[in-house]
This record gives sequence, structure tokens and C-alpha cells, in this order.
Amino acid sequence: MEETVIRLGGKRRTTFMEKVREILPEGGHLNLCLTCGACSSGCPATGLEGLDPRKFLRMAALGLDEEILATDWVWMCTQCQRCIYVCPMKIDIPRLVYNVRAAWPREKRPKGIRGSCDMALRNDSCSAMGASPEDFRFVVEDVLAEYREAQPEFAAMEAPIDKAGAEFFLNQNSREPVTEPDEMVPLWKLLHLAGADWTYGSKGWGGENYCMFLGDDAAWKHITATAARQAEELGCKVFLNTE
Amino acid sequence: MVKTAVGEENFIDMQPNRSNNYCCGGGGGFLQSGFKAQRLEFGRLKDEQIRATGAQYCIAGCHNCHAQIHELSEHYGGGYHVIHLWTLLCLALGILGPNERAYLGDDLREVAVFHPESAK
Repeated sequence: MEETVIRLGGKRRTTFMEKVREILPEGGHLNLCLTCGACSSGCPATGLEGLDPRKFLRMAALGLDEEILATDWVWMCTQCQRCIYVCPMKIDIPRLVYNVRAAWPREKRPKGIRGSCDMALRNDSCSAMGASPEDFRFVVEDVLAEYREAQPEFAAMEAPIDKAGAEFFLNQNSREPVTEPDEMVPLWKLLHLAGADWTYGSKGWGGENYCMFLGDDAAWKHITATAARQAEELGCKVFLNTE
Repeated sequence: MVKTAVGEENFIDMQPNRSNNYCCGGGGGFLQSGFKAQRLEFGRLKDEQIRATGAQYCIAGCHNCHAQIHELSEHYGGGYHVIHLWTLLCLALGILGPNERAYLGDDLREVAVFHPESAK
């Protein structure tokens, strides 16, 4: 159990709760907590450095923003939303977590997440590993040619980039093209056998979005919009998110 | 889909399942956040769930889960394998080549290999 006693000051000075309440439908139910603890009992993060979701929410409700910001709790919540699922009042704690992340000075947020977000902002790929559209095209074409030859049953298999009018726009986690390209192939095969008309995009192909995890709204939007715009410009009907 | 691929008798769901399931702890940036000890502790619940099934393979839906569960298996010594759904489907269809098996265990690495001569 946590040994430190959290002392309440005389003055209410909440901001997190108010900010989140403003942007959520029905106020995100943040003021409806019954303190039942269902969220905490089912949360895998409960107990990590004194964290538990009920305590986190109560502290926000009591205006203890500074005390919350003094912990690393928000980086130990994966925002999986199970707490909302089990909550009788459907309180959106993950959204509160997101806002607290965004309240951290950007340079103080975890370096690994920040680095991956910054990589994605380097070029139009929006890849957290920084791979350029040219590199991506090279790898995809190279692997495809190799498999068409080695496995003749798939000689007609395709892995198009920027195919206008394709039905499906597919994104791709950077890990495969950058570190284990053969792992891209099984999905290509299934799409081929299913007769799916699909394409990658030279812009916005990176499926991961660390800017969202970083709590960087503008960068998150940039990455999502880059992929969405490319799918739209190609005239694709369905965006298939493989992440 | 998984049941069709492996047979009803070889599919064991973990408990609790579906929306009531537990997060593995790899998502939300946790893998990149630098809090490794906390991340592994977060995943202990998932590791116990997987081990309770007795299954040799866990199918992960995304890369974060794949990486985290893979590490949980090694860290806690469960020894189960983690694969993507597409690997399983291609294996079942008999079209999984020798170079597309990085995450299969020894028990399946040599099973129904498509174009074994293309091994790198």
C-alpha cells in the first residue's frame, strides 16, 4: 500500500476534470463516480507505483492536478478502456489520462515515445522508424519480385503503392518493411487469394501513431490526416487499418 | 476464423475474454516509454491468463501486443509462441513458405512448408 498521505488543500483548483468535461459527450461522465472501485480491481496497472484508476480519478475530482503531474502514472496506463467497460457509470478515465499526458511539457514526456513521434514527422511516410517513401517502395518491390519468382503460384500477386481507384487502402506497421520484410508476405498472399483490390499509399503508409500516445494533438492529427488524404486522393473506398 | 484454421478442439479462449479481457501492456506507448519493469508487471496478468490455457501458441492482433506478449513469454518463462493471424491462416492454407516462419516454434517450423527449396 501507498504510505504517503495525500493532503487536501483548502482551495479547489481543478483543471483536468473541467478540460475533459468540455470535450466529451455528456461530460464524459467524469463527475458520476460512485467510488465503487470496479475500475481498479480489473486494471492491470493497479499497484504500479501507487497507481490505481479510482484514486487517479478522485484526485482529479478533488483538483489535485499538481500531485497527479508529479507521478509517472499516465505513462503506465495503456488506455485500454477496460475501466470504462466495467464502470457502472461509463466514466472515461482513459481520456483523462490522455489529457494529463498532453499537459506534460513535451520535452519531459518519455523520450522513446517522443522520438517515435518525431521520426514520423520527418517525411510523408509517417513511419515511426523514419523510413522514407522511397525506401518503402524499394523494399516492397524487391520482396514482391523475389516471392513471385520463388513461389510461381503467386507469380501474379501484387503489392501496389498508390494504385488509383483501389477498393482498399492498407497501412503497414514499419517494423516489417524495416526489420523483417518477409513478414509482409502472408497478408499479401491472403489478399491475393481473396481477390481484393488493394493498395498501400506512398504517403501515410506507416500504421503506427506514436504522436497519439505522446499526447501531441497537432502531430497526431497531421499523421492521421496524411494517411486519410492519400486514401481519399487515390479514390479508395475502405481504409484497412492493420494496426 | 481461427477455429476453422486450427480445428474446434485446438482453439482455447482465455478467460476472461472479449471486452472483459485484460490488456497485455504493450500499447499506449508503454513499450517505448522506458518503464520496463512496470510494463512487465502490468503484463503479469496477461501472462497468467495465457499460461492457464495451456496453449502453445498465442495469436496477437497487433504489433504492440505481439512484441509485448513475446517478451512476457520469455521473461516469465511460459515458453509459448506468439504469432500473427496471417501466419496461422497461410499455414492452414498450405502456402506459408520457409522464410515466413520466424515466429513458429520447432513443432510447426517444418510442417507443410510451401516451396521449401526457397529457404534463405
